[in-house]
Amino acid sequence: MKILVPVKRVIDYNVKPRVKADGTGVDLSNVKMSMNPFDEIAVEEALRIKEAGAAEEVIVVSVGPAKAQETLRTALAMGADRAVLVETDAEVEPLAVAKILKSLVEAEAPGLVILGKQAIDDDSNQTGQMLAALLGRPQGTFASKVVVEGDKVVVTREVDGGLETVSLAMPAIVTTDLRLNEPRYASLPNIMKAKKKPLDVKTPADLGVDIAPRLKTLKVVEPAVRVAGIKVADVDALVAKLKDMGVA
Amino acid sequence: MSKTLVWVEHDNASVKDATLAAVTAASQLGEVHLLVAGAGCAGVAEAAAQIAGVGKVHLADDAAYGNALAENVAPLVVALMADHDAFVAPATSNGKNIAPRVAALLDVMQVSDILSVEGPKTFTRPTYAGNAIATVESSDAKLVVTVRGTAFAKAAASGGAGVVEAVAGSGDAGLSSFVGAEVAKSERPELTSAKIIVSGGRALKDAATFEATIMPLADKLGAGVGASRAAVDAGYVPNDYQVGQTGKIVAPEVYIAVGISGAIQHLAGMKDSKTIIAINKDEDAPIFQVADIGLIADLFSAVPELTTKISGA
Repeated sequence: MKILVPVKRVIDYNVKPRVKADGTGVDLSNVKMSMNPFDEIAVEEALRIKEAGAAEEVIVVSVGPAKAQETLRTALAMGADRAVLVETDAEVEPLAVAKILKSLVEAEAPGLVILGKQAIDDDSNQTGQMLAALLGRPQGTFASKVVVEGDKVVVTREVDGGLETVSLAMPAIVTTDLRLNEPRYASLPNIMKAKKKPLDVKTPADLGVDIAPRLKTLKVVEPAVRVAGIKVADVDALVAKLKDMGVA
Repeated sequence: MSKTLVWVEHDNASVKDATLAAVTAASQLGEVHLLVAGAGCAGVAEAAAQIAGVGKVHLADDAAYGNALAENVAPLVVALMADHDAFVAPATSNGKNIAPRVAALLDVMQVSDILSVEGPKTFTRPTYAGNAIATVESSDAKLVVTVRGTAFAKAAASGGAGVVEAVAGSGDAGLSSFVGAEVAKSERPELTSAKIIVSGGRALKDAATFEATIMPLADKLGAGVGASRAAVDAGYVPNDYQVGQTGKIVAPEVYIAVGISGAIQHLAGMKDSKTIIAINKDEDAPIFQVADIGLIADLFSAVPELTTKISGA
């Protein structure tokens, strides 16, 4: 089977985002960008399934600007076989991304689609679930363990009270949680080899998907700043403070 | 008046608190109807009908809904949406799993994790790990929204006079099945509803030290116990203890961060706490930039001393 892995180019997770003064969004000029951390975990899981002999090909996909090619090359350097970029400079909402992915899934017919559970920029946590809905296929969200068993995939999910295990008929959609695996680093020879791997470029229009946004962002502001606190000298002073608050 | 359908979070026995915040958000959109989907959950529907401000309670009692599998539940919600203008779910793991599936089936964009209702179709929501708050307006005919529980007051669990009405769904979609669950047992208050939280980080060294240091303080304060990602990844505590962007979002009265440096991903989960107390030996730790009360000290001496000196709640 094939595994399709959608990846997103986002602001690096270590960078503190700055809101633009005019309230139109977050300033991304000259900011370090990287692959969304959950997507690295998705690529790693797909590669492990392939290495275990349960898949023949790993295809990575990104929807975004021309620079998202760098993100796809990173995934190819980790070990993915080929890449597809659906190029657009517009901001694409999860619903439109899910429609684009649906079109690609119909063309490639993968047994599994593995996505990150959320992108750390819009924090939506929607795309995987939406793709599963549009395809009419089962979803294993927030996965911390994925086991392919014949024509089923058994997914252990991180849920509020602990862990839950579900069995899904394939083709299925899985979204990764942090503890699924530890993504590998791309070695220098693999980075060089990745430059020669195939990378197709398409547009949303090629796939017949309307990416017009449904949500209009009216403004973006910084969260309220917390008032500077105090430092206490010792435990006794802290205990006194806790007593003032009525909690000790 | 528009009608809003609220997903009731429950365990087939009782209504979870997260539901009450979602009801408050939904009441700002219109008439509140509830959906109780589960197996053997008639009692839950009776309890849900008591929530203040609730009109109709739709009860879908079927083995197929027992474990809230999204493949089975989403078609049920979609059918009910023919008669509702908005679907509101708490941003719990069930809400986050089901609502986007419903949204896509209705061909609408979901608004995730709202902090406030600004207008009939306008909401605020956090992005970039809570570092930017966006105000967004939906242009879709129907709304699908998930609600951040800590951002809304809880509706009163009693005083309502809802009417329970049984609904039949299409049952098992035949795509997925529930295998089992491993529920972390805890006698302590649930993290997302605890008034006080004591949270530990990587500095706790190992599981035994975490247990010996954090738990006695939490128990004395009647507090819930949380952890940073580093502490979870290192195996000190199970992952449902994790507070942060990708873990639980909490806003207790008092949050005590012990040996936590304060990375932005952790702050995203707790910076709306009323009072933040930090105990850390590194005076440059970012946690001190958001802490109301900071104590620069070695936690291995300070925390046991604190536990001894407080009288307990």
